[in-house]
Amino acid sequence: MDALPASVDELTDGLRAAGYLPGSSTALVAYLAIRLGKPVLVEGPAGVGKTELAKALASCLGRELVRLQCYEGLDEAKALYEWNYRKQLLRIQAEADGASWSEVQDDIFGKEFLLARPLLSAISASSPVVLLIDEIDKTDQEFEAMLLEVLSDFQITIPELGRIEAISQPVVVLTSNNSRELTEALKRRCLYLWLDYPTLEHELEIVRLHAPELAETVARKLVGVIGMVRELDLKKPPSIAEAIDWARALLLLGARDIDEDTFAQTMSVIVKHRTDLEVVAARVGIALAPATPAQ
Amino acid sequence: MSLPPALPGIDARLLELGEELRAEGLAIGTSELLDAFAALEEIDWTERERFQSALAATLAKSPEGRRVFDLVFERFFFRAVEAAALREGVTERGGSREDDGRNGLDGSQLDLDELRAAIAQAMADFDEARLRDLARLAIAAFGRPDEASSGVVGVDVQRIRRALGLRSDPQPQFDPEDPRREGLGREALRHFEMLLRQELERAQIERTQTLAPARPLGDLDRALPSGPTADLAAVHRVVAQLRRRLATRGSELRGQRRHDHIDMRRTMRGSLQTGGVPVVIKQRPRRPRRPELYVLCDVSTSVTSASVFFLSVLHALHDSFRRMRSFVFIERVSEVTDVFAHERAFKAVSEAIAGEAGVADVSGYTDYGRVWSEFRVLVEDDLDPRATLIVLGDARTNGRDPRAAEFAALTARARRAFWLNPEPRLYWNYGDSVIAAYAPFCEVFECWTTRQLEDFVRSLTASAAA
Repeated sequence: MDALPASVDELTDGLRAAGYLPGSSTALVAYLAIRLGKPVLVEGPAGVGKTELAKALASCLGRELVRLQCYEGLDEAKALYEWNYRKQLLRIQAEADGASWSEVQDDIFGKEFLLARPLLSAISASSPVVLLIDEIDKTDQEFEAMLLEVLSDFQITIPELGRIEAISQPVVVLTSNNSRELTEALKRRCLYLWLDYPTLEHELEIVRLHAPELAETVARKLVGVIGMVRELDLKKPPSIAEAIDWARALLLLGARDIDEDTFAQTMSVIVKHRTDLEVVAARVGIALAPATPAQ
Repeated sequence: MSLPPALPGIDARLLELGEELRAEGLAIGTSELLDAFAALEEIDWTERERFQSALAATLAKSPEGRRVFDLVFERFFFRAVEAAALREGVTERGGSREDDGRNGLDGSQLDLDELRAAIAQAMADFDEARLRDLARLAIAAFGRPDEASSGVVGVDVQRIRRALGLRSDPQPQFDPEDPRREGLGREALRHFEMLLRQELERAQIERTQTLAPARPLGDLDRALPSGPTADLAAVHRVVAQLRRRLATRGSELRGQRRHDHIDMRRTMRGSLQTGGVPVVIKQRPRRPRRPELYVLCDVSTSVTSASVFFLSVLHALHDSFRRMRSFVFIERVSEVTDVFAHERAFKAVSEAIAGEAGVADVSGYTDYGRVWSEFRVLVEDDLDPRATLIVLGDARTNGRDPRAAEFAALTARARRAFWLNPEPRLYWNYGDSVIAAYAPFCEVFECWTTRQLEDFVRSLTASAAA
């Protein structure tokens, strides 16, 4: 699908075909982002498919995905562009004699010597892309401020070259784990989507999509248990990805039911902290116990 | 919002909605509203959920904002519809009241058990439209405005809910298929109550032919759905933000008024270069003061719900302030600074406090008077005049002597004293609450939401830097 989707339902189908089951508002906001050309800020707990949404969008729109993974200390040189210093140096040395200063200067600050980093390559790509700016909350506020120019006008100003405007308008997805409050200015420029853990039915559908061989009853029970585990006060509640992993693990083990034993054996797939393991074993294991004598 | 001269058209409605959202504290600029209009052009409006989602995506930009948005959206369009209905003179029964008995909404013809089961089922299925219908049936069955009604909508809602036997705890007498056996979800129950409330209000508006003024959202509506773990996460998130704000805020103030005091000695020395004329005035750099904190936290049963909140506040404060000593008390006081120093995880801390502190000796009831005297003995020598004292508690003494004089003596030794009370201001000084006895000696803050906590910390850091 290279053309823009004409309706929300069309986009929903496209995302489904790409292996992503969007909730109703997810599809709607993604659709609006595409139609309005606005970036969309996706927030929510870890592992609810924020990054996956961008990937699925790219694949269903038939676009390339350009990803900028944010981290503390990320700066312009790594996000926007950098001068290829070594190449410049070589150039200067090659032309050491004869050339005047202004000629060399014009020469070495050309596009040829520019190393495009994700943001620049996203807006200067000849065909439109999907730009994913992942975990924006990990960066500092200065970086956010720098993003504003890119996000609202889709342009980048390089002092030596002038303004570079987008050749094609990318679909921009920003994700955040909400570990810090983002600035108002950034939020103002974005559409906002809050992704939470899916409802039971929705998650069941997702698990069934990714592990179709798993028996429906087992899948249903699995989703129920995951929901129970999420209710507990854990350091790291299990995400959708972990639910899928668990489903695959059960498939490999050939489990026909989730009883206390299978749960104890495979629990480490969904719970990843030692203290969490104890809590989950104590609370959920007991709740599952009645299933054992039935076997 | 005045009724009759309402401007026609959806544009005006949306602007009004924006106004109402602003009144509830959402930051909505013109650009957001423009986005909202642009978004509405892209979708069809036939589905309520899409309409709402599109507006939410452009107007509400945080989880909390989204929650407020949903509440205001619900309220606004309910009222807009009712206002329009009033203007047009439309009533529920198509204008004629004769066919009362035949339109199916009459309570006497209903099988009540069937109705109960149907509502429980619809709740379990999250079937919005069906729930709405059932809510009206339920009102028809139990809530005849002229008979048993109390006239207060909130009371009627609860009465109808009880009559329907809808409870969140498991009711094992039902069949395994019946959703009531496992207990109904709290969210679903709350949602159904909201529908009941709306239908009752609708009926009331129809009877009285007036629209009551909009009720602003209370803090309780606004708060994120509780459940202790969700609360805890929220507190931690806010406190983590506070910590960042504390750090930046301090430096902000330092930057603005870096030079306040003239350093006489250095100025005079400098003036020697210019023949004794102080041309260059040297100023004393401001040193940011490190607040020294003493925190007393009530962990008795009367503040159970708040003490998790308070302990997490304590926990977070420990991360921010190095020079801090914390104490917990019920009947006696016990220092827990070491516990916080050794344990990083909140869970471990609260367990250690519950297990080791040994603060409830005899009766398990708070004895503020005794706590003050003990605390004074404990810290008498250390409490220096620059220290800040913070008490977290409800000031409910269980009828014992508050010994305000002891407290006054304590606060006199400290530079500042704050009291954070986890009860809404409304309940202060009722029953055995003696907050008024302590209020003259400290600054009392109402603190039972993260927002109020934020306000408090802001005032704390602002005044510490001043």
